[in-house]
Amino acid sequence: MSSDSLKATFFAECEDLLDALSAGLGAMADGSADGETVNAIFRAVHSIKGAAGAFALTDLVGFAHKFETVLDLIRSDTLTVDADVLRVITRSGDVLADLVEAAQTESGEIPEAMDALVQSLVTIAQDAVPAAGAAATMDFAPLAFVPLDIGPISVPSSRFAIAFRPERGLFDNGHEPLHLIDALRALGDLKVECDVSAVPPLDQFDPENSYLSWTMELVGPVSEGEVRRIFDFVLGLCDLKIDRLDDASVEDDLPLAEAGQEEATAIGEPAMTGEDRGQGLAPDAPASGKQPRAASAVAAAPPTTLRVDPERVDRLINTVGELIINQAVIAQKMRAMGIPPNAEVIGDLDDYRYLAREIQEGVMAIRAQPVKPLFQRMARIVREAGEATGKTVALVTEGEGTEVDKTLVERLADPLTHMIRNAVDHGIETPEKRLAAGKSATGTVKLSAAHRSGHVEIVITDDGAGLNRERILATAQRKGLVPPDAKLSEAEIDNLLFMPGFSTASTVTNLSGRGVGMDVVKTTITSLGGRVTISSQPGQGSVFTILLPLTLAVLDGMVVTVASETMVLPLSSIVETIRAKPSDFAPIGPNGMLMSVRGSHVPVLSLGGVLGLSDHDFDCERAVFVLIQTDSSEPVALAVDHITDQRQVVIKSLEGNYGSIPGVSAATILGDGKIALIVDTEAVLKMAAPKRSNLHALALETSHDRIAHLG
Amino acid sequence: MTELPIWDENETLEFVSLVAGQQSFCIEITQIREIRRWTPVTSLPYAEASVLGVMNLRGAVIPIMDLAVKLGLPSSEPSERDVVIVVSVNSRTIGLLVESVAEIVTVKGGDIRETPAIARGEGTKSIIGLVSLDEDMSRVLDLSQLLPAQVEEVA
Repeated sequence: MSSDSLKATFFAECEDLLDALSAGLGAMADGSADGETVNAIFRAVHSIKGAAGAFALTDLVGFAHKFETVLDLIRSDTLTVDADVLRVITRSGDVLADLVEAAQTESGEIPEAMDALVQSLVTIAQDAVPAAGAAATMDFAPLAFVPLDIGPISVPSSRFAIAFRPERGLFDNGHEPLHLIDALRALGDLKVECDVSAVPPLDQFDPENSYLSWTMELVGPVSEGEVRRIFDFVLGLCDLKIDRLDDASVEDDLPLAEAGQEEATAIGEPAMTGEDRGQGLAPDAPASGKQPRAASAVAAAPPTTLRVDPERVDRLINTVGELIINQAVIAQKMRAMGIPPNAEVIGDLDDYRYLAREIQEGVMAIRAQPVKPLFQRMARIVREAGEATGKTVALVTEGEGTEVDKTLVERLADPLTHMIRNAVDHGIETPEKRLAAGKSATGTVKLSAAHRSGHVEIVITDDGAGLNRERILATAQRKGLVPPDAKLSEAEIDNLLFMPGFSTASTVTNLSGRGVGMDVVKTTITSLGGRVTISSQPGQGSVFTILLPLTLAVLDGMVVTVASETMVLPLSSIVETIRAKPSDFAPIGPNGMLMSVRGSHVPVLSLGGVLGLSDHDFDCERAVFVLIQTDSSEPVALAVDHITDQRQVVIKSLEGNYGSIPGVSAATILGDGKIALIVDTEAVLKMAAPKRSNLHALALETSHDRIAHLG
Repeated sequence: MTELPIWDENETLEFVSLVAGQQSFCIEITQIREIRRWTPVTSLPYAEASVLGVMNLRGAVIPIMDLAVKLGLPSSEPSERDVVIVVSVNSRTIGLLVESVAEIVTVKGGDIRETPAIARGEGTKSIIGLVSLDEDMSRVLDLSQLLPAQVEEVA
C-alpha cells in the first residue's frame, strides 16, 4: 500500500471518527450522554491522534493530545462537565475537524480558534487536578508524540490476584499459557500455583481439552490495565479473574464479561491506561467509576461496516439497470413472437423481472445513507454562526435516520449550510430582542428529515423574527428585480429571496454573503430534482421546506412521442394529461395559443417546436396535451403526439460524453434498447418563456405554485 | 496553425485507415475502442450539424458524429453500409460515422509527412500529417483537435 492510499484510508477513518465524536458531543450537550459516550469521544480523539502521529501531522497530534487529556479527566470523573467545559470541548471537536481538513488539503492552515482553545484546555486540566498539577502540566509538553515514554512518576507497587483457567478454545487458537505467565513474570514478582485437580483419569482424558488452571499473585509497580492487557488475545477463551488485593475501592469479583469487553472495545485505550492512572488520577483510585461504564460499551459497539469505492456501486447500479432493460427487451420480443400471455415462460419472465427489481432496490439501498452525519455537521454550523453573531442558538434535529442517496447527502451539504447560516444570521434575533419579544433567550433552529411518498422532505424551521417582507420588497425594488409599483402577495415577496442577485443583508456579514445566495441554494436543489419552498410568520419564524427525490439514478417518467422521437417527461412536473376539443382553444397573439382547462386558460406549447424537432404548430385534435407545472412557472400545456407508457427509467447522463443540451436533462434507454431523451421541463418552459415574459411575469413566476407544494 | 506533434523517427505507429467524405483518413489505433455497424440514432435537439444523435452502446449513451460533416466534407444520408468507429478521446467516448474502414496501417514515425502549410485552414486543422499508402495517401487525424474536451455550448 502506498503512503498516499494509506493517507486516504486515514482520512476516511478520520471522517467516521469525527462523526462519532460529534455524535458523542451532541449527546453530552443534550444531556443524553452516559458513561460510554465519554469513552467513545475519548477513543475517537485518541485514534485520530495515534494515526496522525504516523503521518507526522504535528499540529493535529499536539491539539488532539491536549483535548484527550481533558477528556480523560472527564472520563475518570476527576472533572465535572459544566457548561463552560462543555463549550470548550465542543469547540475543540470543531477545531479538531478543521485540523483534519487542513491536513487533508495540505493547506497548513491553523484554525483561528485553536490557540485560545489550547489555553482553555490547559486551564481546565490544571484546575481539575490541583494535586497532580505538576504532572498535568508536563503532560502538555511536546513529548506527546511518545506518550508511552512519559511516566517519571513512580507508581507504588500493587498486588494482584489472578485466577486463570484456559478453555479448550485457547489451545485451539494456538495460544500458550506459559507465554502469558512469562509475560506476567516480566511485570513483577509472580507466584504461580497450578491447580491440577480437574485432570481426569487417563481413560477419560481428552488430550485436546484443557484441565489445568492457575492462581497467581503478582506484586509490582503496574496498573490493572497493564495486567489485563497481557490477556488481551485470550479474552473469551478463558476464565479470567483479576483482583487488586491492596485496593479496597475496587469492586470485588469484577465480572469477567465486563472486563473483557472493556478491553476489547476500547481500541487504543489500553496503551493509555497505565499512564493515565499515573498522572491524571490519584494512585489509590485506579478503576473507580470506570468499570461500570464498560457494560454499556457492549450495547454501543458499532455495527461493522463495509467500505466500498462508490464507483463500484455505481457500476453495479448501471449493470442492474441494464438487466432491467434487458428483461424488457426479452418481454417485448416474446410478445412479438406471439407467445400467449399465460404461457409458462411468461411466468418465468415475470419472476425474472421481480428478481431484477429486487436487486435494483438492494443496490440502491447500498447507496442510501442516513442524513445523520449531514445533520451533525449542521450542529457545528449553528454553533459557529451563533458564536459569530453573539446569539445563543440551539439546533434540534429530527429524523436523522432517514436514508437518502449518498450523492444527495453530499450535494445537500452546501445548500443546507447556507440555509442554516441564514436562519441563525437573519432569522434568529439577538437574545435581548428575543427576551423583549417574550421568547426565551435561546433561539431554536429545527432541522428535520422524513420520507414523504417517494420523496425526502427536509425542513428547516427557526423560531426567529420571520421574514422582513418590507425590507425584502424594498431591496428587490432597489435592485430592479421588481417594478417599483408592483403589488406582490406575501408569498411572492418571500420567493423573491430565491431570485438571482438578491441579498437582504445590508452589510455582508462574515457569515452569510460568502458568495452563495439563496438563488444558488435553489439552483442546487433544482438540479437535484427537488424544490424548495418558504413560509414565514412575522415574529414566529420561518420554515424552509426542501423536497427531494429519493434517488438520482431513476426517475418516474411518462414516455411520449414527439415528432417521431421518443421522449420522457418527468412525472414530478406533470399535473395531468388532457385530450382537448377544438373548441377549447383560443389563439392569442400571432403565434400563441391558449387552452381552457376547467375554466382557466393555460398557454399551449408544442414540445417538438420548443426543442427544434418540428415546427411550432400542433394538431389540436390529434395531439395529446400534458399539463406541466414546475417550481418557477404557471401551468403550461405541452402538445405531444402520443403518450406511450408510464414507467421508471434509469437516468443516463449526457454531460460526460456530449455536453448539455437545452431542454434535455439526461437520456435513458428504453425496453427496445433505443435511447430516449428526458425532457428538462423547467428548461423547456424557460426556453419558451422569452416570448411572453416581462419583469412582472418574472416575479409572478415565483408565485403561488410553490406555496401549493408546501402542504 | 497547429502544432505538429513530433513523431519519434523510429517509433512504429499503427493507424486504422478509413474513408469519410470520399477521402482517406487514418486514426491512431490506440484511440479506437471498437468498430460497429451503423444503427439508427436518437437525434438531439439543438445539436450542431455534425452530431447525428446518440446511440446505446451497451448501456452507455454515446454521441455519434458524422466525420465528413465535422471535417466540412460533403456527406450522404447514413445507411446500413456505414460504420461507426467508437473512439475515446479527452476522456469522452464518441462514435464517428464513416463510410468504410479500410485496413490497419503500420508506419514508422519518420514516414509521416507534415501537412503542407498551404493546405492548412479551418477545415483541415485537425489533419496533422500525411501517410503514403502505396499509390494513395491518407490524412492523419488528431482527434483531440477534432473533438475538444468541452463541446461548445450548442444553445
